[in-house]
Amino acid sequence: MIIDWQAFTPWSALAGGALIGLAASALWLLNGQIAGISGILGSLIRARPGRAWRTAFIIGLVVSPWLYGVLGMSVPGHIDAGHGLIVLAGLIVGIGTRYGSGCTSGHGVCGLSRLSPRSAIATLAFMAAGFATVAVIRHLVAPL
Amino acid sequence: MTTLAAFLAGLVFGLGLLVAGMADPAKVLAFLDVFGRWDPSLMLVMGGAIAVAMPAFAWSKRRRAPVLDAAFHLPTSRRIDRPLVIGSLLFGIGWGLVGLCPGPALVLLGSGQLKAALFVTAMVAGMALYEWWSASRAN
Repeated sequence: MIIDWQAFTPWSALAGGALIGLAASALWLLNGQIAGISGILGSLIRARPGRAWRTAFIIGLVVSPWLYGVLGMSVPGHIDAGHGLIVLAGLIVGIGTRYGSGCTSGHGVCGLSRLSPRSAIATLAFMAAGFATVAVIRHLVAPL
Repeated sequence: MTTLAAFLAGLVFGLGLLVAGMADPAKVLAFLDVFGRWDPSLMLVMGGAIAVAMPAFAWSKRRRAPVLDAAFHLPTSRRIDRPLVIGSLLFGIGWGLVGLCPGPALVLLGSGQLKAALFVTAMVAGMALYEWWSASRAN
């Protein structure tokens, strides 16, 4: 393992993380709901109660880059992958997060914060799978 | 009011993802690349989020209900079972393929990227596929 200190951005990572924690805390203390993105989005697919707040949360997420721009910041994200890979990854993420009842937000942030053993196992599993996938693609497949 | 609260929570959550670098797939992949040149930044994103949320969740145990609703909607399952592990492993594979998880994908959709729209469409299709599969299994 070589740590890329030039790419390391501890302060913005901590600040962004604190904002994420603040949002998750607010949704829990005000509405009593877990800020799990895959759960919120997935529950919208079926007609269930709670459609209004779920839709509002998703809209808040989707308009956040606009506010970020108004505040004078430019959105850094850029997707490099090809279309086929994007569709495959999207499908797997959609199925996996619903089958596993959560993603980085629900299990990773909210679950660990409320000391859920279930979420700790889920987080270990998706982190390990993420590390392994990138290792295979970058260090086994790419050099061929 | 719960709708407004949820909107603001989503907005702040999205800003957090943007500030943190989570909405940049290249940065996410650099974090997942532990066997290459590893960028540990995103570890601190989770650390920062948990540092803020953990006291909030702990404090809520002393309250009977949240401010705007009659009860806390605690996840009911406590079982560590095959769906939890297999689902999470699948999610991790998808995350590692492109560097996108659900929250950042929606944020990038909002920034107007066509590829994000493609990812979100496929992700919603995957979720719908799961719903259909689990409903047909229950019958």
